[in-house]
Amino acid sequence: MAWDRPLSIAMLALGGQGGGVLTKWLVDLAEQQGFIAQSTYVAGVAQRTGATVYCVEMFPQITAETQGEPVFTPYPVPGDVDLVIAGEMAETGRAIMKGFVTPNATTLITSTHRVYSIDEKSALGDGIIDQSPVLKTAQGVSRKLYAFDMERVAHNSRSIVSAVMFGAVAASAALPFTRENFEAAIERSGKAIESNLRGFRAGIEAALGGNPAPTTSPALGMPDSQGPNGRALVERAAAYPREVAAIAAHGSLRTLDYQDRLYAEEYLDRIDELVCLDDAGNGFELSKVYARNLALQMSYEDTIRVAEQKTRATRFERVRDHLEVSDNSPTYFIEYFHPRFEEFCDTLPARMGNWMSRSKAARRILAPILNKGRNISTNKIGGYLLLSTLARLKRWRRGTMRYSVQQRILGQWRERLIESATSDYEYAVATAECIEIVRGYGETWERGMSRFSRSMAATSDETRDRADIMRRLHQAALADEGGDQFNALVDEYETK
Amino acid sequence: MAERSFKKEVEKLHLGDGDVFSGEGILAVTKALLECGVSYVGGYQGSPISHLMDVLSDAEEILDGLGVHFEASASEATAAAMAAASVNYPLRGAVTWKSTVGTNVASDALANLASGGVTGGVVVIVGEDYGEGSSIMQERTHAFAMKSQMWLIDPPPRIQDIVKAVADAFELSEASNTPVFLQLRIRSCHVHGKFVAKNNQRPSPTLADALQTPNRDLDRIVLPPASFLHEHEKVNTRWPAAVEFIKERRLNRVIEAERSTIGIICQGGLLHTLLRTLERLGLADSFGNSEIPIYVLTVSYPLIDDELLAFCANKDSVLLFEEGQPNFIEQSVNTALRNGASGARLIGKEVLPVAGEYTSSVMRAGIVKFMQDAEADWVAPQDPAASVVDAIRTVAEHVPDRPPGLCTGCPERPVFTSLKLMQKELGDFHVSADIGCHLFSILPPFNIGNTTMGYGLGAAGASAFNVDSDKPAISIMGDGGFWHNGLTSGIGNAVFNKNDSLTLVIDNNYAAATGGQDLLSSKKQSPTKSTQHQIEKAARGVGVEWAKTVQTYDIGKMRAALKEAVSHKGTGPKVLVAQSECMLNRQRREKPIFRAAVQSGKRVTQERFGVDEDTCTGDHACIRLSGCPSLTIRPNPDPLKTQPVSFVDNSCVGCGNCGEVAHEAVLCPSFYKGVVIHNPGVIDRLLWGIRRAVISWLQRRATRRQLDMA
Repeated sequence: MAWDRPLSIAMLALGGQGGGVLTKWLVDLAEQQGFIAQSTYVAGVAQRTGATVYCVEMFPQITAETQGEPVFTPYPVPGDVDLVIAGEMAETGRAIMKGFVTPNATTLITSTHRVYSIDEKSALGDGIIDQSPVLKTAQGVSRKLYAFDMERVAHNSRSIVSAVMFGAVAASAALPFTRENFEAAIERSGKAIESNLRGFRAGIEAALGGNPAPTTSPALGMPDSQGPNGRALVERAAAYPREVAAIAAHGSLRTLDYQDRLYAEEYLDRIDELVCLDDAGNGFELSKVYARNLALQMSYEDTIRVAEQKTRATRFERVRDHLEVSDNSPTYFIEYFHPRFEEFCDTLPARMGNWMSRSKAARRILAPILNKGRNISTNKIGGYLLLSTLARLKRWRRGTMRYSVQQRILGQWRERLIESATSDYEYAVATAECIEIVRGYGETWERGMSRFSRSMAATSDETRDRADIMRRLHQAALADEGGDQFNALVDEYETK
Repeated sequence: MAERSFKKEVEKLHLGDGDVFSGEGILAVTKALLECGVSYVGGYQGSPISHLMDVLSDAEEILDGLGVHFEASASEATAAAMAAASVNYPLRGAVTWKSTVGTNVASDALANLASGGVTGGVVVIVGEDYGEGSSIMQERTHAFAMKSQMWLIDPPPRIQDIVKAVADAFELSEASNTPVFLQLRIRSCHVHGKFVAKNNQRPSPTLADALQTPNRDLDRIVLPPASFLHEHEKVNTRWPAAVEFIKERRLNRVIEAERSTIGIICQGGLLHTLLRTLERLGLADSFGNSEIPIYVLTVSYPLIDDELLAFCANKDSVLLFEEGQPNFIEQSVNTALRNGASGARLIGKEVLPVAGEYTSSVMRAGIVKFMQDAEADWVAPQDPAASVVDAIRTVAEHVPDRPPGLCTGCPERPVFTSLKLMQKELGDFHVSADIGCHLFSILPPFNIGNTTMGYGLGAAGASAFNVDSDKPAISIMGDGGFWHNGLTSGIGNAVFNKNDSLTLVIDNNYAAATGGQDLLSSKKQSPTKSTQHQIEKAARGVGVEWAKTVQTYDIGKMRAALKEAVSHKGTGPKVLVAQSECMLNRQRREKPIFRAAVQSGKRVTQERFGVDEDTCTGDHACIRLSGCPSLTIRPNPDPLKTQPVSFVDNSCVGCGNCGEVAHEAVLCPSFYKGVVIHNPGVIDRLLWGIRRAVISWLQRRATRRQLDMA
């Protein structure tokens, strides 16, 4: 290989991904193989700054001795980068945006996993920005692309992302060094050699394993049920049009688990009402949305449900997995409960709950006692007994105040859907969708409930473009917590 | 202890004649200082020269051995004033800070130093925090050099050139009795490379020698009539001496080339980007041989008129690359060309952006315009960027911003969560922010803070709001800013002027944002520093009556203290010290101890948080009150739910904030804390065994009931 210019590497890493470690390895690798190497970066102060760009350039010493030392750049120059390494999918996008990746010059190594940005994380609903167009673009603009989930590979090989990246660099053959040279660089660094080599080898394997197609989530299939009740419900749901069946089957098992067979049958009865107003021409869109959201609404989160979920054996397993407790070390779970006066009333028999929640005296006496954070250890006997007893209140759930409130809302919603399904299908779908904003507990539930009720009221006038209004209100309801956007919009429709 | 340890690297400072030094720019500069026989070094940390302070601090033993005094100064003004030691004595000294912010602070001392002039060489190493990665207002150190008439060296970003610049700077300073700025751009500070070392020089005379035989020269003191004398000296003696030295030593470089009717002038720091850009345009090779002559201003102030005129002789047009604004160099070059009756036309910012960093793409566009105008038959090679325009447009819509934020488990997070919760209750407040990690509060998810007026000036920034109000202004200050000047400029000022507002001092035991350097209030005992001076005590010392210290992670207490402070009637400022150790530093300290304890069989507990995915509502209220990197989201495993669920990844350090927030903000009951007992004792095992047996039995019964229903 004739060297008339340095080999140039750009790396985009997030705080904590080990960009500095990888840079050191690359420089050491090059220097040990008789290259002059330069690296620069903007000091990434740990996790505090977002993405850091590292630049490494190298040139053979022997050529430099005859031709002179090359000029190294302090920053990657678009059109001139031989290798781009990105430690995360959106950062790959950033590398492309910066012009580092060009079709003839650049080998691109990227991890397909996501580290979500604060805006994506803090959205009131689903704020995740789809990265599949970035992966597709990456394919088109690079000379060669190596893309895989480096975080998973690192996790599975009990190593770190930078070691996996280093493996991918070795596999890409973008640098004129052998695999043994790479391994020697890891060994020379003297830290965590064994686990780094493990990650390095896993990285090579994954990079050579071929590029994954952009993943699309598989369509929802029919669920399995172990018990006779579940099997009967799934069978009943299977009779629905294909589009609706799987959702209704999942929904029926969910409501069965939530309460009992009768409750699940009620769930399917209600779907019956809508399915017969729906048709294949619309792809049974309304029934699908209704079946999904009705199942979620009917399995609303009350204290009984939470107590049940928190005490299940399967949950204990899941938590131990999450905490990565591999041996038999004693591991206690501490739950953070904050039952308020409102939740207390919700769980009371409807009439008593109603009276209590209206009684100022009751609130004055009970609220200070109740409204306190409680830390309960579910795997100590006292904590378990408390919660499992609460969970067994399930059999009286139909009598609770919260149940009656929920029934009232679902009744209004159902009436609106039935009334509009044939006259204004799009509106019916939008309304069926909108109830998703009613979820959760406490303030989240109250906020969703109030916005949903106002959206229903604002779209009661049939002469308007109700579908459009409903969709916009739905969107605005999830735009911000304070409700500025939603309030402005709803005011507009209410005054018109 | 600073965030990054250079204990191993500083061994390289022992290298001698002919040894090859291999390492980072910052370390190379330290080595160069020792080779130059420096007597004292001072400075104030801040990116991009934080590591220079860390290196020096870790090298204290080596410095002591050589008789070099190093100190971490209280502020940049302190550091600059330290250089007074070189006024009367031939002692070489170096001081360093982040510029231009640090130079602003240092200006008083610098102006005095530059007025009287120096006997021993003084080099002011400024980390020029400009362009990508910068965290401050975009200004130029160049202006300070001009106003105080200090010389400015801007070396090419190559380690050999940087090391040479240190030596040149000392000599230039001594030759012209003027302190010299050595400007290191962000990436130069972190450039890795090699150079051939020299022996370290012991300073001679020493600081102790100077104290034994004090020397006093009335003409060097800035007081009339000497101050008037100084101004004349500057232009009549020191400036010409500097010009002479720069010319004689050829500190500026000329790259000769065949296209002699045109030329390029650039600041030294831009040289490599320029050469690479020319190479991409087919106007240079990769080895620094250009087809267009280049005049490299390694000394970018003052301008050497003779050199400039010689370079421009017989040229039709010359392109100038001067990064940042105002275009001081362009103005000077134009004046020089005009005065020298040169026929060359200067093309500067008319083909380049007036403001902003000169990246390769920016330079390319400028060169193309310049060349098309200068040589009608020149054709630019195809721009590689042109082929990816569509790709860039596509991905641009999918790349989220990544604003900086507080680290995992940061003790400042609960402070802002408390503030946000208090604002939810009482309405929004005017918040005067400061400089430090805590300034990230202005960004999502907290969105708290109206202004920031500079380091330590949070309280001063609220001083105008000294009016009666049920919603007093709240100001924020870090422990770093407090000791830097906030104690006097903010707290003392508020006491004196009877201001009732609240100042929240965030005390995390370190100057954390700059890399965890120690402070007066640091908790750690240090053999060389006096620490453990409490902030609350200092505030009381200047007359504050309402002062409290609260542990940050206790959101309930923090919120109550905040509410009390803003509603407290009475004269004088309230100072609330929010205390908890910086988590990065704490982890660095505790992790090895923890690991060793687990391995040696000691009983230790480990805490980590988690979110129950089936209980999580997907509303992410928890994230809006936190923003912790370890509290993230993932797709909902429930096939019927579309919202991603909150998720605590394995970087969680178990700080406890999530649980506190869940309680205080009355969030959903999804959070749990896992407490793992490593190396359990007999009682631990016994209790665990009983609990597990009983609960498993109960769970089996519950599962059976569940299956009966299924």
